[in-house]
Amino acid sequence: MEKSILECIKINKYFYDPVKIQVLKEVDISIKKSEFVSITGKSGCGKSTLLYILSTMDTDYEGKLLIDGVEMKGKKEQELASVRNEKIGFVFQFHYLLNEFSVIKNVMLPGLKLAKLSEKEVEANAYEKLKILGIESKALKKPNQLSGGQKQRVAIARALINNPIIIMGDEPTGNLDKKNSEIVFNIFKELAEVYHQSLLIVTHDNEFAARTHRIIEMEDGRVITPKA
Amino acid sequence: MKFKLIASVSKSLLLARWKQTLVAAIGVTFSITMFIGLLSFMSGLNDLLDGLVVNRTPHIRLYNEILPSKKQPIDKSVDYNTSYNFIRSIKPKNKLLEIYNNAAVIKTLQSDNRVLGIAPKIIAQVFYNVGTIDLTGIINGIDVEEENRLFLFKDYVVEGNYIDLKNTPNSIVLGKGVAEKMLTNIGDIIQITTSKGERLQLKVVGFFQSGLQDIDKVQSYTSIATAQKLLGESNSYITDIQIKLKDIVLAPALAKEYAALFELDAIDIQTANSQFETGSSVRTLISYAVGITLLIVAGFGIYNILNMMIYEKMDSIAILKATGFSGGDVNKIFITIALSIGIFGGLLGLIFGFGLSALIDQIPFNTAALPTVKTYPINYNPKFYMVGGIFSIITTYFAGYLPSRKASKIDPVIIIRGK
Repeated sequence: MEKSILECIKINKYFYDPVKIQVLKEVDISIKKSEFVSITGKSGCGKSTLLYILSTMDTDYEGKLLIDGVEMKGKKEQELASVRNEKIGFVFQFHYLLNEFSVIKNVMLPGLKLAKLSEKEVEANAYEKLKILGIESKALKKPNQLSGGQKQRVAIARALINNPIIIMGDEPTGNLDKKNSEIVFNIFKELAEVYHQSLLIVTHDNEFAARTHRIIEMEDGRVITPKA
Repeated sequence: MKFKLIASVSKSLLLARWKQTLVAAIGVTFSITMFIGLLSFMSGLNDLLDGLVVNRTPHIRLYNEILPSKKQPIDKSVDYNTSYNFIRSIKPKNKLLEIYNNAAVIKTLQSDNRVLGIAPKIIAQVFYNVGTIDLTGIINGIDVEEENRLFLFKDYVVEGNYIDLKNTPNSIVLGKGVAEKMLTNIGDIIQITTSKGERLQLKVVGFFQSGLQDIDKVQSYTSIATAQKLLGESNSYITDIQIKLKDIVLAPALAKEYAALFELDAIDIQTANSQFETGSSVRTLISYAVGITLLIVAGFGIYNILNMMIYEKMDSIAILKATGFSGGDVNKIFITIALSIGIFGGLLGLIFGFGLSALIDQIPFNTAALPTVKTYPINYNPKFYMVGGIFSIITTYFAGYLPSRKASKIDPVIIIRGK
């Protein structure tokens, strides 16, 4: 059996405000390399909460989380930040590009933070990623000069810059029209199938989910689809 | 590499709100400018006022005080040395004001390497004769060259040439106040009477103005030789030895030492003029307090602007954190922003502060009391610039500290999910 790149075992999560509510109940998930997985479910079922735990940004949970075989629990904030930097790429519903920087600089930022390559090499990589996404001509523009779909593609390029082991998306097509959603979906599909990139996408768009390799359906904090 | 990245992120955040940033920097600039201007001016004024006294006062003065002997003959008697001896109506002994063996004393002092210089002096009580009226006065017989070297005599001779006092026999530099009363001009001959009744005619070669009216109304200067002639004394006669030290702080200790060594009375400048030192230190304190208050106010400005920036840039901070910037990195970004405001504003402030000082230095300031001063006094002490620079960095650091910490604690989940 192929090794899981992301695995969580018996994750429990509580919200305390205003009263103690259990939002995640014994969630077990395992994702393998080059899998394109979607998490679906109704609003409030805990799918976003789960994603933030899996992304290491939320550390207040019970259970085990392994990324690339390494236990995340007990790591310091700074160590988690470098895990996110190196191993995880993010695409959110909103693009979250920094308007102060050009498109290319936005893509480069996580790469510069990682500082494994020189600035020149990071820049070359960033151009390459933009090319994959078909927006290299916009590299020197500011994000606020781009359309919504283009912005989201820049955000995907940014997620790819450090060649992460997994890309996580929180409703990445939620803000886009049909046409742009289609473009973004095709990009994801291409990344998974051509570049063997693992993807974990939270969505409530069932059509989108249906076309991924595997669907993890959640209800009331539990995974209801049997594990693959 | 890492610092370069943080600096570039800071720079773009700064430039994104460049107007606010500018306002914050101007706040720092203004306060540092005022701080430098105020301190330079205050300190210049202090030096001026202190100079009035300190430049003209010997650090230690050796002299003979006319006092009854502390040890009466009966105290030395073996028969009575266990008793209490009461003697009434003791009178001072006919001890002269002259310092005995003064050549040896001066020689000893000159070989002491803590001493900058020595100026002997004769103080004589006289009357200036104006028609039938006698004005009381004091004549100082001085060694003109040494007096000028150590106590800047030249600066206070407002008319005439001070060196004529040495070159012209029987000459006098009159106090301005005396001269006005006597209606004399330079070149006139005046007559004075000594306390022993001798009369002497002296040629006026200059006027002297110390800035202290009470002194100008009574004091005049002659050469030592003239003063000796006036008193009918030999050419070894002097009544005072004025000592200027290399380090003024040593004056009280050395005064005691010399008093014991030479068996003379000695008074140091700190004891004689303690009020001046108090005034100076209080003025300095006030200027520092005002300067620092200005800086703190500027610090609040920076604090506000950074706080606003953090609220505005919440999303950017969240995404930076999501993509791998740690809280520490975010903290550094905002501290860098605060410090660049501080350094930029502070540097401009130092330059403008220098400009302001130079400007004040040009403003005419004429007062009868201060003959040598033509413009407002300024002290260009590099210490103020250093203190100003350091303070601007410290205040901006603290102003940036809290907002930066807040920014570093932002939880990206809350921001991202909140959309």
